[in-house]
Amino acid sequence: MRDRGVHPPLDSPAYRSTALRHPQQPLVHLPHTVTERTGPQLGRLRPGALEHDLTRQHEGEPVGERITVSGRLLDGDGRPIRDSLVEVWQANAAGRYAHRWDRWPAPLDPNFSGGGRCVTDADGRYEFVTIKPGPYPWGNHANAWRPAHIHFSLLGRAFAQRLVTQMYFPGDPLFPYDPIFNAVRDPAVRERLVSRFSLDRTREHWALAYAFDIVLRGPDETPMEAAS
Amino acid sequence: MTPPLTPAQTVGPYLSLGLPWAEGPVADPAGVRLAGRVLDGAGDPVPDALVETWDPGAQAFCRCPTDNKGRWHVVTPRAPHLGVNVLARGLLHRLVTRVYLEPDPDDPVLATVAPDRRSTLVAEPDGDGYRFDIRLQGPGETVFFDV
Repeated sequence: MRDRGVHPPLDSPAYRSTALRHPQQPLVHLPHTVTERTGPQLGRLRPGALEHDLTRQHEGEPVGERITVSGRLLDGDGRPIRDSLVEVWQANAAGRYAHRWDRWPAPLDPNFSGGGRCVTDADGRYEFVTIKPGPYPWGNHANAWRPAHIHFSLLGRAFAQRLVTQMYFPGDPLFPYDPIFNAVRDPAVRERLVSRFSLDRTREHWALAYAFDIVLRGPDETPMEAAS
Repeated sequence: MTPPLTPAQTVGPYLSLGLPWAEGPVADPAGVRLAGRVLDGAGDPVPDALVETWDPGAQAFCRCPTDNKGRWHVVTPRAPHLGVNVLARGLLHRLVTRVYLEPDPDDPVLATVAPDRRSTLVAEPDGDGYRFDIRLQGPGETVFFDV
């Protein structure tokens, strides 16, 4: 399997929802063709100027610890991926998602929807302004709690680079107990999911800052047409 | 040296807060309609999945969340095949498959798939459009690719 040792196994029994959803047949190796080497251009997908600021989507400001989350989107060769869509979604400061299926008794925040989008600049940089999400319980096992996290979706520049992941916060005491975080088996690889507090990027008297770089696999596959 | 690739994580059950777009399912209103369901290993619908399709020829990208019966649809320019991503709670990494609208027996990718599983990649004509169910596990499991 490509990128072996990086991505979590689809069959990860400690995360119960994988039981009926992971393929049982081995994945079939797919030499890359034009379908895998290309990907959507922004065009109609381009977000509005304020969509990166999750604290300014309503009349009032959301409750919580105001933060920025910023970093660079890079490929496996360390090159910036520019003009690429970054999408995020998250719980509010109390750990509640503004979703009809989330019923646990923590307060909703009328000033927080929890979704944002932005586009990377010429150096692959992105930045969101948001509030720090709270941890929350889930039904995976007895007394199960998810560490605070922000969901990230990346399109990259090729269909084969598509990645969805979660960004965590440094020093979370729930890390040892979370089967989703620990589904990434190698501790050193798992650490790549943890953002770094950045005093440099804090906005004085306004917001704390977390840094999170994202590395997508490189466009380094031998194309099928050339290989044949 | 292996580059420090960022590992994947599941989209979780609340992906609809961040991923769907109002016009996401329709890349070309005059295109062909492709619809189906996402089913789990018990044959039950997956109501919290997202299906994306990519047609490099027309540069057409579609994205549709499943409904409470696991149904999704896209409307996209007619193409011999589309690349397909499946994202869902319980999937720790996106799954990649392909849907063939006009399967070519000489297609080099289909040729790498065991003959008795190729039909899982072929859409069935259905009215004015096509039907394509995605079975994550078990009998009739869709072929997923290691890209």
